[in-house]
Amino acid sequence: MRLGAGTFAACCVAIEVLGVAIFLRGFFPAPVRSSSTTEHRAESPAPEPSAGASSNWTKLPPPLFGKVVIMLIDALRDDFVFGSKGVKFMPYVTYLVERGASHSFVAEAKPPTVTMPRIKALMTGSIPGFVDVIRNLNSPVLLEDNVLRQAKAAGKRVIFYGDETWVKLFPKHFVEYDGTTSFFVSDYTEVDNNVTRHLEKVLKREDWDLLILHYLGLDHIGHLSGPNSPLIGQKLSEMDGVLMKIHMALLSKEKEALLPSLLVLCGDHGMSETGSHGASSTEEVNTALVLISSAFERKPDPGFEQFKMSERLHGNWIKRYLEENSSEVLLNLGSKVLRQYLDALQTLSLSLSRQVVQYDMYSMAVGATLVLEVRLMGVGNGTKPLLFKVLALLLLSIPKALSPAAELDVPLSSPLFSLLFYLTILVLSAIHVVVCTSTESTCYFCSMPWLAAGGAMLLMSALLCAIVSALTKTVVSAKRVGKNPAPPSVRWSELDLLILLGTMGHILSLGASSFIEEEHQTWYFLVSTLCLALCQEVCRNHFLGSDGDPQCGLREEPGPEGAMLTMQDGAEGCAALEEDRTRAAASAFERLGSMEQRMVLASPWAVLCCCRLLRALNQTGVQGAHRPDLGHWLTSSDHKAALSVLAALSLLAVFLLVQRRCSPMSKVALALGLLGVYCYRAAIGNVMSPWQRGNSDISKGIVEARFVYVFVFGILFTGTKDLLRSQVAAIAIKARTVGLWEIYSGLVLLAALLLRPHNLPVLVSSLLVQTLMAKFVWKPLNHGVAEVTVMHYWFGQAFFYFQGNSNNIATVDVSAGFVGLERYVEVPAVFLTAFATYVGPVLWASHLVNYLSSESSSHSALRHACFCYALICSIPVSAYIILVTSLRYHLFIWSVFSPKLLYEGMRLFVTAAICVFFTAMDQTRLTKP
Amino acid sequence: MKDTDIRRLLYAHLLCIFSVILSTFIPSLFLEDFSVLETHLTWLCICSVSVTAVNLVFYLVVKPNPPSRRSSLSHKVGRFLKCCIYFLMSCFCFHVIFVLYGAPLIELALETFLFAVILSTFTTVPCLCLLGPNIKAWLRVFSRNGVTSIWENSLQITTISSFVGSWLGAFPIPLDWERPWQVWPISCTLGATFGYVAGLAVSPLWIYWNRKQLTYKNN
Repeated sequence: MRLGAGTFAACCVAIEVLGVAIFLRGFFPAPVRSSSTTEHRAESPAPEPSAGASSNWTKLPPPLFGKVVIMLIDALRDDFVFGSKGVKFMPYVTYLVERGASHSFVAEAKPPTVTMPRIKALMTGSIPGFVDVIRNLNSPVLLEDNVLRQAKAAGKRVIFYGDETWVKLFPKHFVEYDGTTSFFVSDYTEVDNNVTRHLEKVLKREDWDLLILHYLGLDHIGHLSGPNSPLIGQKLSEMDGVLMKIHMALLSKEKEALLPSLLVLCGDHGMSETGSHGASSTEEVNTALVLISSAFERKPDPGFEQFKMSERLHGNWIKRYLEENSSEVLLNLGSKVLRQYLDALQTLSLSLSRQVVQYDMYSMAVGATLVLEVRLMGVGNGTKPLLFKVLALLLLSIPKALSPAAELDVPLSSPLFSLLFYLTILVLSAIHVVVCTSTESTCYFCSMPWLAAGGAMLLMSALLCAIVSALTKTVVSAKRVGKNPAPPSVRWSELDLLILLGTMGHILSLGASSFIEEEHQTWYFLVSTLCLALCQEVCRNHFLGSDGDPQCGLREEPGPEGAMLTMQDGAEGCAALEEDRTRAAASAFERLGSMEQRMVLASPWAVLCCCRLLRALNQTGVQGAHRPDLGHWLTSSDHKAALSVLAALSLLAVFLLVQRRCSPMSKVALALGLLGVYCYRAAIGNVMSPWQRGNSDISKGIVEARFVYVFVFGILFTGTKDLLRSQVAAIAIKARTVGLWEIYSGLVLLAALLLRPHNLPVLVSSLLVQTLMAKFVWKPLNHGVAEVTVMHYWFGQAFFYFQGNSNNIATVDVSAGFVGLERYVEVPAVFLTAFATYVGPVLWASHLVNYLSSESSSHSALRHACFCYALICSIPVSAYIILVTSLRYHLFIWSVFSPKLLYEGMRLFVTAAICVFFTAMDQTRLTKP
Repeated sequence: MKDTDIRRLLYAHLLCIFSVILSTFIPSLFLEDFSVLETHLTWLCICSVSVTAVNLVFYLVVKPNPPSRRSSLSHKVGRFLKCCIYFLMSCFCFHVIFVLYGAPLIELALETFLFAVILSTFTTVPCLCLLGPNIKAWLRVFSRNGVTSIWENSLQITTISSFVGSWLGAFPIPLDWERPWQVWPISCTLGATFGYVAGLAVSPLWIYWNRKQLTYKNN
């Protein structure tokens, strides 16, 4: 079976996505659910403990409180209540806390600190599973045992006002509810008024037992402008007023009622210094919890005091005996007791962590094997004849994929291996049966239908056979080559060396949690170094002249890595004499005059400056996240004018940079679309609109956003039409180039719509850097396909972090998924969010297609690029999977490594989509006569 | 190429290494509570001055390159001034590159500049001593296979190893070990120093081992 390199790569990545999916399913443990008891209780609503049960209560305890009001304020950090802000803006709560008719706590939220898992945790008392983060947007009905279910079963009437998530989680538990959608983050007054307007009536009524209020405004303010904005104070005062109202109403009712009532003020999670949440920093984890009731009038609780007393006595006893009695027996006894305590603690914590972290090792193993086999197969097929240079760097020395034919033999039909194939299948299915029928196997892979599992096993064994046969072929051909004298000595340029070292360094750095948290630093460092290396190469090229001997380089600026890369080896003689060189340099100085040359020399520095400016725009990571940056300065409400000017200028620059290669029709569409983007931002109140004074009416901007969508689709459609036409018409190349560029510009327009306004400069610089590099660096210097591909990948990664992303769930901009949608619709929302998150890599990859199809002469360039791209994207994923498996009992596995794993999985998925696009482009070219 | 040359090179380099080591120990005799990490800036200044002094003395005593034809006083003064200007320019250049690499622009500017100074001391000063303010000669030495003597060869090695050292020195900064030497720019300056010392130590040995293959145009 013969396949093009691109198709082969696309298939590999697709299978890898499958493998990673199985791995992820096995890695993220399904939370330990108590659903069996739920079902049991559903049958008998008020279960009487049977005689032999462990509980020694014979009847239900009497209720302590008559009415309960739970006031949940989203993102109520502990210092908003107990800190200086609380004293200033929440006088009533402070008074209650100090006077003492209350108990107050700092509650610790377990990460992920995202609303939906937190609600689940509050209601069920369990630790949220990490998978819940993904389900945060699309919350299914909560099936586990929980407080509300019990309340309903006990005949309590529950009323709920607030975040819609609750209504989705508990669809039938409330006798009355009004959900507000939480997705229009820019709205922080209406969401809360929607809740408060019901209070007046409800507090007068008597027909409820439990009232739950979920206020979202504080969280929205946090997302918009951070915890230090003046809006926070206003909101806290408003909440204080609401709480006072509720408390007064409860107190006035209490006189008639028998039982006291309880008012609970709590937060579901905190708020980081940037105003977001999701991770596990102290600010995000600590929330306030205040229980207010007249039952808590401070009177000494005898039980508690006695307990403390006895505890102290016990401690004193041990201490005294250990210190004062030097008798050896007692000392030994003491240390033995101590050891027993420690042992017990250790066993306890170990069993706890085992229970929380029940890895589905079997699924993980299957997934990982699949991924690794695919990777090995890529490598195995790659290690055939030798021609190409840079991929030599990338582990597989010189793939056949990059030889002119660019087709490779996928050895599937070799009869010799059919026996091996059947044997492997047998062994695998035996393992499957053994694992699945063993004790309480709960793994996901077993619960899959037999057909699917069989398919996976078939795939695994087929891949194994393919690898083995490819390896044998390689060995044979290597022997043959070994007989032939002197394989051509491969000379690595500095750039290749940098690319190799950078890739390896990045993979190694994935093993350290701080390097994952600060991965943006790695990419910024690599990209800066890449720029300096390019600068060195440009200078050498310039001062030597294009016809100069490539063996002799000159370097101008002693940049650190320039120097590193100028690997000198004195052993090799150089023919060029000094006079020649000085002459070349002199002529180069003369040539400096021309504009073109000056641009070539300056462009790496321009790119470097660009990157440095973007670095200051968004601070990400963990250590730097709290530092002030330009993005926060721009988004704060005082600087709206500056943001508006910047957004307008950026949109103009986007138009200027993109329009030059579009057809006239899409030029107009692009201009109108960009205008629409500005209108959309003005409509939802991010920027000032020039024709509309007063920002009273903040809408959702649905009309404007859909206006832009129309143009996006229009441009994409025109591009596709051009591409299809290039198949039949004679002017194939030109139509094809224009079509590709139109698809690219459609993506740019979509990105301009989805990116937050302060991130528009990132888009502009991305376009600018692409233009500069393509025109002045890659084209004049004649870089190879693989080098260009790797550089595109690096820049794509750097721009991923420039736009403010990190390896932390909290930085995903969910609001992008709701642009132009009335309410949450799953498929478009997920697509839009993914696109907005991966704008950098996607735009750079599509620029790669454009660049290669317009500039390169070799017709197999696209295939090579696709192969390289798939390879360089999936090497980190496969390495990371092994790392995570070996580090699965690491302390930071849930807070640092798992979010990164999710990001990597998603990245691989995006890569697969890109590779399919590449292959499609390649196919269109193949069918061309 | 004679073995005596290599021996002279070795002694010269040992002197340089010695000066770096002395600069960490001698000042604690005069200055109270001096340590490399805590009073880092003082150490940077002292180290830079001592390395420059050793290089200058060495240049005046040994004179590895032939004296120039004109040797009037005004010419010498002009040459010296030019050297100073080159040194300052290289300091500013390095500073700009560090900022482009992500060093803070305003805060810690003094620290960044002193790092630039020490890196220039390790790289630019030997170049100025050996080659003089002559850009063309620099370009020649740092191009591939452009060296004409063991002095230039060792210059290449020490310069490159200083750069590599400071480049590698940036790696521990993001780690969360909370060590005092992880603060910007201490790890980078230490990296540069170690790189320089390693280059000094390695280059005579390397030249000695490769003395058969090394053929220079002039000898």
